[in-house]
Amino acid sequence: MKYLRIEPRRPKVGIFDFTSCEGCELQLVNHEESLADFLACVEIVNFREASAARDDTYDIALVEGSISRADEVERLKSIRAKAKTLVAFGSCACFGGVNRLKNACDLVAANREVYGAHPKETLPVRAVKEIVPVDLEIPGCPVNKPEVERIVQHLMMDLPFQLPVYPVCVECKQRFTTCLYERGELCLGAISRAGCDAPCPAGGLGCWGCRGPALDANVEAFRSMVRERGFSQRELDERMSFFGGFEVRS
Amino acid sequence: MKVTLNVDLHHLPRVEGHGNVIVRVDRGSVVDARWEVVETPRYFEVMLKGKHFRTAALLVSRICGICSIGHTLASVRATERAFGVEPPPLAAKLRLLAKHGETIQSHALHLFFLAAPDFLDLPSVLPLVEACPDVVALAARLKGVGNRLCDVVAGRTTHPVSIQVGGMAVRPARADLDRLRHELVSVLPDLESAVQLFRGFKLPEFERETEFVALKGEGSYPWIGGRLISTDGVEKDEDEYRAMTNEYVVEHGTSKWCRLSRDSFAVGALARFNNNFRFLRPEAKKVAAALGLAPIDHNPYRNDLAQLVELVHCVHEALLSIDEIQAAPSDAELRAPVVPRAGSGVGAVEVPRGILYHRYTYDSEGYVVSADCVIPTTQNNKNIHNDVVALVHSLAKRGVSDREAERLCAMLVRAYDPCISCSVH
Ligand code: SF4
Ligand code: SF4
Ligand code: SF4
Ligand SMILES: [Fe+2]
Repeated sequence: MKYLRIEPRRPKVGIFDFTSCEGCELQLVNHEESLADFLACVEIVNFREASAARDDTYDIALVEGSISRADEVERLKSIRAKAKTLVAFGSCACFGGVNRLKNACDLVAANREVYGAHPKETLPVRAVKEIVPVDLEIPGCPVNKPEVERIVQHLMMDLPFQLPVYPVCVECKQRFTTCLYERGELCLGAISRAGCDAPCPAGGLGCWGCRGPALDANVEAFRSMVRERGFSQRELDERMSFFGGFEVRS
Repeated sequence: MKVTLNVDLHHLPRVEGHGNVIVRVDRGSVVDARWEVVETPRYFEVMLKGKHFRTAALLVSRICGICSIGHTLASVRATERAFGVEPPPLAAKLRLLAKHGETIQSHALHLFFLAAPDFLDLPSVLPLVEACPDVVALAARLKGVGNRLCDVVAGRTTHPVSIQVGGMAVRPARADLDRLRHELVSVLPDLESAVQLFRGFKLPEFERETEFVALKGEGSYPWIGGRLISTDGVEKDEDEYRAMTNEYVVEHGTSKWCRLSRDSFAVGALARFNNNFRFLRPEAKKVAAALGLAPIDHNPYRNDLAQLVELVHCVHEALLSIDEIQAAPSDAELRAPVVPRAGSGVGAVEVPRGILYHRYTYDSEGYVVSADCVIPTTQNNKNIHNDVVALVHSLAKRGVSDREAERLCAMLVRAYDPCISCSVH
């Protein structure tokens, strides 16, 4: 079926998980109202969490999770060698995600605390792009399925995709959420990249910046604004370091 | 007859996380049979140290994408008990409704997307999309209603945003809950079709006497907090969870193992069913009878059936609970004031795969001093291993093909619906 005289492709997709909660993969089988259509648009050839069938020829590799062990480094490199397009899928893959908080700890002591006399092998957490080149990043903890669907449509039509460059505040205003600052609460919406439809301010949590910084976000001005409003440095730092998005920049 | 078997299931598919099943039977004798967890550890308990109590709940949510609401609920409960805070009744009702949403979503995912392909001899649910679109549509409707419950009540399905220490941040719009009520009523016939479908599946015959651990029902089927019981007659307080789990580190594999009266025990839908059958909704009891499931059932494969019974139970409970929430006055309190204080608290919650425990110790400012999370699949891992060993011994006597042995082992592990990345946190 042609659309604007372009024949859509049905890309072969492999889905791979590394150090993660597998919540981003789970989004692929969520959004049930369009699930059947979504599955018809792509040919899923390798999805261990959902299928026993394995096929190593794929155009697109969706890589979920951060990298924290030597065997993961090797597995990631072999996926990179096979995939035409490698997508860092979710905040763990894009920035290391919450797992990156581990890097602030002494790993030997951490191992002793959790595993006592039988320490396990572990490396400092890295994002996918710190190990292999990444063609496309889809941030989010978890990724936003409607956005993933839009990206897949672009890939089918061979059209470039651009993540929103504007901040979460724009989407937050579109849903008429009362600004958290009016209630005296902290929010990172002004400096965070939109595309999630701002669920966290609407749910009363405020934005924690899971998608990383918006384009040209003036972080310094934001920091002084937040301090002027009386929030502590510790609270702001804890929030800005939570998903790793404000530390790693490519 | 001298049976020889070789099974090497590296990164077992259609389970959450990474685990291996290895079987070697040489001319009738079992050389090796094991369940091995190889997931990469993340050290959540160490990452939690020094975090503010608000951050703790958001962080532990990321232990698991499937039961993130369960982790959040265990976390806020542990914190509230440490600070001596009681969430208002309306908040408690909303939390339980979100919990039902998660159970519906998770059980539907497991039953249809992960377990059912084994009975239909398919590698996954994907070929069904074309072959039996009505079954996939039914699965999507059941899973969808669970997800929408979570969306409306908790702000998001995976990694909720509205569950906070002290209560809930927002009350769902009346119209949204009305819509959900209609949707729940509309899936009641789907539940019947699901029961018919599973009645047609042939579950493997296998039994191994097991101790089952669950929260203790007091008037209703238990989900959040309460005393701990086992089918071997152990009963303990929520705060004594360590004596109920006895976690220990093993040399091989990245998950810990647990034990109680015996060498291992089981938690999860079948464990809840075996301990708390009498508190199920009558509609769910009827389904149990139709499926031939009665307490105490020692066939681990039948955890699938217990999940189906719970799915029915939760849909009916959710309907009642929406009515109660809608009847609450519009100015009913949602959040109790929270004042941090130094001390410890435990939160036990029945998540889809069994009891989850979180325990935190806080300083006087509300920052975490130490944390401990004991995960359902961690509690199950030794029991899964023991089941694999017992199954392989029976197969070594019986004699089956490698393919059949692989199928039976994979189905056995899958029946526990293990959440492996969760068990290695
Ligand atoms: S980005 Fe978040 S939801 Fe996705 S895998 Fe990582 S922790 Fe899970
Ligand atoms: S609540 Fe947050 S995202 Fe929304 S407008 Fe205010 S600062 Fe921006
Ligand atoms: S509102 Fe902020 S924290 Fe929430 S999903 Fe969007 S970017 Fe992530
Ligand atoms: Fe733990």
